[in-house]
Amino acid sequence: MPDTHSPAIRSNQPADAHAAVYRYDEFDKTFIFERVEQFRAQVERRLKGEITEEEFKPIRLMNGLYLQLHAYMLRVAVPYGMLSSTQVRRLARIARVYDKGYGHFTTRQNIQFNWPKLEDVPTILRELAEVDMHAIQTSGNCIRNVTTDQFCGAAADELVDPRVYAEILRQWSTMHPEFTYLPRKFKIAITGSPNDRAAVQVHDIGLIAKKDEVTGRVGFTVYVGGGQGRTPYLAVKARDFVPVEEIIGYLEAILRVYNQLGRRDNIYKARIKITVNEMGADKFIGLIEEEYARLPRQKFYVDPAIVDAIQTHFAPPPWVDLPAISDSFEAAKAADPAFARWTRTNLTEHKTPGYAIATISLKPIGGIPGDAEADQLETVADLADLYSFGEVRVTHEQNLVLAHVRKDDLYPLWKALDAAGLGTANAGLISDIIACPGLDYCALANTRAIPVAQRIAERFADLDRQHDLGELKVKISGCINACGHHHVGHIGILGVDKKGEEFFQILLGGDAGTNAALGEIVGPGFDYDGIIDAVETVVNTFVKLRQPGEIFIQTLARTGHAPFKEALYARA
Amino acid sequence: MLVKAKGTQQSVAASRLLDGEAVWLGTGNIWVEDVAQAAVFDGADAIAEALAFAKAEEKRQIVVDVYPLDVEITEAGTRPTHLRERLKGIGPTVRRDLGKQARQPAA
Ligand code: HEM
Ligand code: SF4
Repeated sequence: MPDTHSPAIRSNQPADAHAAVYRYDEFDKTFIFERVEQFRAQVERRLKGEITEEEFKPIRLMNGLYLQLHAYMLRVAVPYGMLSSTQVRRLARIARVYDKGYGHFTTRQNIQFNWPKLEDVPTILRELAEVDMHAIQTSGNCIRNVTTDQFCGAAADELVDPRVYAEILRQWSTMHPEFTYLPRKFKIAITGSPNDRAAVQVHDIGLIAKKDEVTGRVGFTVYVGGGQGRTPYLAVKARDFVPVEEIIGYLEAILRVYNQLGRRDNIYKARIKITVNEMGADKFIGLIEEEYARLPRQKFYVDPAIVDAIQTHFAPPPWVDLPAISDSFEAAKAADPAFARWTRTNLTEHKTPGYAIATISLKPIGGIPGDAEADQLETVADLADLYSFGEVRVTHEQNLVLAHVRKDDLYPLWKALDAAGLGTANAGLISDIIACPGLDYCALANTRAIPVAQRIAERFADLDRQHDLGELKVKISGCINACGHHHVGHIGILGVDKKGEEFFQILLGGDAGTNAALGEIVGPGFDYDGIIDAVETVVNTFVKLRQPGEIFIQTLARTGHAPFKEALYARA
Repeated sequence: MLVKAKGTQQSVAASRLLDGEAVWLGTGNIWVEDVAQAAVFDGADAIAEALAFAKAEEKRQIVVDVYPLDVEITEAGTRPTHLRERLKGIGPTVRRDLGKQARQPAA
C-alpha cells in the first residue's frame, strides 16, 4: 500500500472527515428516518392490500422507486454530486447485498440501482439514511435536487462555491409548501465559475457565477426556461446580475410567477420553458420583475451569517503548501506515455499550487457508460481516502472526480485506477459518451442507447486516434425524453421507433457548455448498424475539413452542416 | 415506449408486485416468467376477458402494470411482435449475465 499524505489518516479522524459532503443536523436526520419508517409502513400496507397500486405509485415515486422493464429501479440522490468514501462504500454494499453488484451513475448526478425488490427498499433506504443519504424528491412535480459543477471548491476559475447556494436552495425549497405541487418538475443548476460546467442553460433555472467588474460584488447571471425533453429550449437570460444575497428572493419571484401561470392542463406543456416561450421571454421576465418588486425582500434576504454557517460544511480540506511543480509528476509523465496521455485529458487545474483535479472515467472502451461495479466503488473509496481527503464527486457526464489530489500522488493514483479498469484516458473525447439506459432497462424507451455507445467507443478504440480528434461530445437518448442529453451533444443521437425497428437520428452542433446550443437533425435516420458508420463518416468529414488546432464543434461552426450532410447522404 | 396492441392475437403482460419481475398470463390463469409460455388470446372478447382477470390480479396484490401486447405464435412459443416486448422477455442486451436470459438455457 502506498504511503499516504492525508493528514486525516495520520490522525485519529476518519479518513473522510474532510469530505465536503453536507452532514445532516438532528432535524434532517430525524426527518429522513421518519420518512423511511413511513415508507416501510406504506410498503407493508401495499403488500397486505390495504392500499391500491394507484394510491401507492405516487408514494413510491416520491421515494425514488420506479418500475422499469425488468424490475424496480431505485434512484438515489447525490446532493451536489458529493460523496464521502463512507457513502461510496455504503453504495457498494447496497449494490452487492440488495442488487446485482453494480450501480449506474446518471446525468442528473444520482445513482440508480436496477434490480431492488420492493420488500427490500425500506431497508435500503434505512441503510442510506445511516450515511446521510436518501432518494426523496428525485421524482414528482417538485424542485428536484439542485445540480452543481463537478469541480466546485477546487477549480482555479471559481468565483463562489455553488454548493453553498445549492444547499440554501435545498433548505428553501424542501419544505416550501407551495412548491411541492408545481405544475411540473423543476430543475435548477448552478455553476460557480464563469465557465459553465453544469449545462445551466438547459435547466428550468440556471445560475452562472459572475463578478461585477465595477463594484467587485459577486452574484449570478440568472437563466430561465431552458430544458431538454421533447421540446428543447435554451434558457433566456432573465437578469445579467443578481447579487448573491438576493438570489433566493429572485428565484422565489420566478417560482411564484411560474406557479400561477404554468399549464397544469397539459403535461407536455407544463414545464416553465413552455410558459416562457408561449408568453414570450420579455413578458415573462417583466412579470418576474413585477413580482420581485412586490416581494417582502427582507424575508428572502440571504443572511451572510447563514452563508458562513453553511460554508463551514463545505470548508476546504486542509491543503498543505506545495511547490506548483512536482518533480516526481513530471518525471512520471516523461517515463510513462500512457500516464502522460491520461494527464492530458483527465486532469483539470486546481486553485491550490501542487494539487490537481482528477477525472475518473466510467467509460472504459466497450463498457456501459456510468456503470460501476461494487468492487470498483470500493477501490475508488480507498483511493479517495488515500489521495483526496475521502471525497468523491459525481459528474453529469457520468464520470467520477477526485478533486484534491497532490500532483506527487497522481502517478500512483492512476496506476491503481488503471488496474481497476478506471484509468481510461478519454475524458471529453469521443468515447466519453453520455448514454441513457434506453431499452435495455427503461420502460419508456424506443431504442437501446448503451450498445450504440459501446460500439462507437469500440470503433474509435485507438486512444491515439481519439486524442488526435480532440474534444468531441457524443450524447445518446433512447427516446424523445432526452435523458441522454442528445440535444446538446456535439454529435447527438436520438433513438426512434420506425415500424417496430430501432432507428437513430443524428443531430449536429449541440453544446452544453458556455456557448450553449441545441443540435439540429441532419437528415433521415440510420438503422442499428448504420448509425455507427454514420458517426464515423461525420468524424472523417471533420478530419478532412479541420484547420490546425480546431476541435469538431469549431470546424462545424465554420463550415456549416452542408459538407457533413453531403458526406452522409451522398449516393454510394 | 409502450405500443398499443391492435392485432387479433394478444397476450397480457404485467410485473410482479414483489420484485418487479416481468410476467405474462399463461394458460390456466397462472403467471409465467417466460414469454414463450404466455397464453395467446384470439379476438376482442377473449382479450377483454383475460385483461379483466389480470386487472383483478392487480387488486389481489399479485401484479402491477397490466397491459395487452401483440404476439405471434412460433415453433418456440409465443413471440411478441414489438422489440420492447421481446427485450422485456430477455433482459438487458448489454448484460447477458442478468435477467431472464441468464436463467434460461438459450433455446
Ligand atoms: C430509467 C428510468 C427513467 C425514466 C422513467 C425517465 C423519465 C423521464 C421523462 C418522462 C422525462 C421527460 C420529462 C419532461 O420533459 O417533462 C425525462 C427527462 C430527463 N431525464 Fe429521465 N428518465 C429515466 C432515467 C434517466 C436517467 C438514467 C437520466 C440520466 C442519465 C435521466 C435524466 C433526465 C434528464 C437530464 C432529463 C431532461 C431534463 C429536462 O427535463 O429538461 N433520466 N426523464
Ligand atoms: S431518454 Fe427515454 S429511453 Fe432514455 S432513459 Fe429517458 S425515458 Fe428512458
